[in-house]
Amino acid sequence: MNELIFFFNNVIVGGVALGSIYAVGAIGVTLIFGILRFAHFAHGDMMTMGAFIAFLLMLACQALGISVPFLPTGFLVLPVAMVLTTIIALGLDKGFYAPLRKRGAKPVTMLIASIGVTLIIQGLIRLFFGSGTWSFFESETKQLIRIPVPLEGVTRTINFTQPQVLMVVCTAVAVLALHFFLTRSRLGKAMRAMADNPDLAQVSGINTKVVVRVTWIIAGSLAAMAGTMLALDVQLKPDLAFNIVLPIFAAAIVGGLGQSYGAIAGGFLIGFAETAAIFNWSVLLRPIAGALPFEVPATLAIVPTEYKLTVAFVILVVVLLWRPTGIFKGASS
Amino acid sequence: MALIELKNVIGGYGGAPILNGVNMSIEQSDIGVIVGPNGAGKSTTLKAIFGLLKVTEGSIVFQGEEIQNALPDRLVPKGLSFVPQEKNVFTSMSVEENLEMGAFTRTDDFRPTIEWVYDMFPVLREKRRQPAGELSGGQRQMVAMGRALMSKPSLLLLDEPSAGLSPRYVLEIFEQIVKVNKAGVAILMVEQNARQALAFASRGFVLATGKNRFTGTGPELIADPEVAKSFLGG
Repeated sequence: MNELIFFFNNVIVGGVALGSIYAVGAIGVTLIFGILRFAHFAHGDMMTMGAFIAFLLMLACQALGISVPFLPTGFLVLPVAMVLTTIIALGLDKGFYAPLRKRGAKPVTMLIASIGVTLIIQGLIRLFFGSGTWSFFESETKQLIRIPVPLEGVTRTINFTQPQVLMVVCTAVAVLALHFFLTRSRLGKAMRAMADNPDLAQVSGINTKVVVRVTWIIAGSLAAMAGTMLALDVQLKPDLAFNIVLPIFAAAIVGGLGQSYGAIAGGFLIGFAETAAIFNWSVLLRPIAGALPFEVPATLAIVPTEYKLTVAFVILVVVLLWRPTGIFKGASS
Repeated sequence: MALIELKNVIGGYGGAPILNGVNMSIEQSDIGVIVGPNGAGKSTTLKAIFGLLKVTEGSIVFQGEEIQNALPDRLVPKGLSFVPQEKNVFTSMSVEENLEMGAFTRTDDFRPTIEWVYDMFPVLREKRRQPAGELSGGQRQMVAMGRALMSKPSLLLLDEPSAGLSPRYVLEIFEQIVKVNKAGVAILMVEQNARQALAFASRGFVLATGKNRFTGTGPELIADPEVAKSFLGG
């Protein structure tokens, strides 16, 4: 039983946390792809930017003595960070992507432009914060929640941190809100219409500029949320989310580009796969070592931790062989 | 005064003009049918009216107002609606959502209009929760027309509504078009099934190389031996 709890703590809890971050990030990527038809490479850096904005807001709150009991200040300031990141995202669109769109730039041109935006954001962050790491929990403590398992002989407890719980709650709220927006509201339906058939959306009189703006608002606020959640779970650094932009894209592609529900499924799939791949399976095998025809090695992980990133690609390749447009039948180009 | 009047319209996609002087006039009660050989500029004429390509010379006057080069999000609220020939439904969205998208520019309650569309195309009411992509060709064409009617247009532009449909559905769609026209919506459509369409057209236009060749009522054009010989296959 102890071994199973160890497995639960590492793979399930870790996978849910990582999956939430990937899912929230991938929704933004997939929405931008669906509406604007290009791979927004700078999405990871929009996440990092959101996290740094949240970090600054947290410092401001601490300086002013604002705090709420039982809630990490990082979460308290999250809504404000989301709004600020959205404003910057709209500015980035106006400054860099909108002029290209107006000239009818090809998706690959937009992609290259977004790589430029990546460099700008990372450069600006390094300019102000240096290249070191920062933590949201310098003056606050990250609360660890331990749940004892009432079974005989069980000494381990189910462990997770308070930010991880809040992260799952935030993801659930965001996903539900997005679901209702896309299926119930006029603008949400217009967004789906434009992702489905942009020419017909235009012919129907849908104001495509408004839809583009709404897309950036959603993508920007979700990016800030995913970035802040990631920084609260690990640490804050200038290449925080740049490092996970590949699994996020993999999640969006696996789910079917342009499909928000697909992005959520893809995010959790890749999150769980990563934590399962780096888990030391020997731990689970050791209790039944006697019944096994081979000797259980000390460590038996599918991939070493430092090669975690490859997991996303393996899943990507496997899923695309099976369903070339992703689990939820997304756009193929 | 005509509902819409095209005067000597010249336009194209930037290169050599495709329309070399198109003249048309449609009244509120009319069904106008544009026929002609491939590349005559039939669909291009509809797209020019709907602001989807550049009009360089001439004028398009709709309800007394010049509208050439205005974009769809301005034209739809004025009472113009367009059904493209292909990809004319949102395949991933339900029939009802497709109709709602047609009402995007409206701010008033559009429920009665949805009911009106369902009364006109009863099969759509049955299938209202189904994704439009799962419907047959004929039903999709009804969704496409229903979507376009949701903005309560005074002029409906149809680009080859019978394209790709089996002969049985062609007649059915033509009957629906006449029904829509009887409900007070002027129609301007491009059709390959020229003889069949001209039979119920109150205005017929034969285009060739981006210009009007013959104009008259549908039956007049069918009776004209020259039109019949050159454009209706004898």
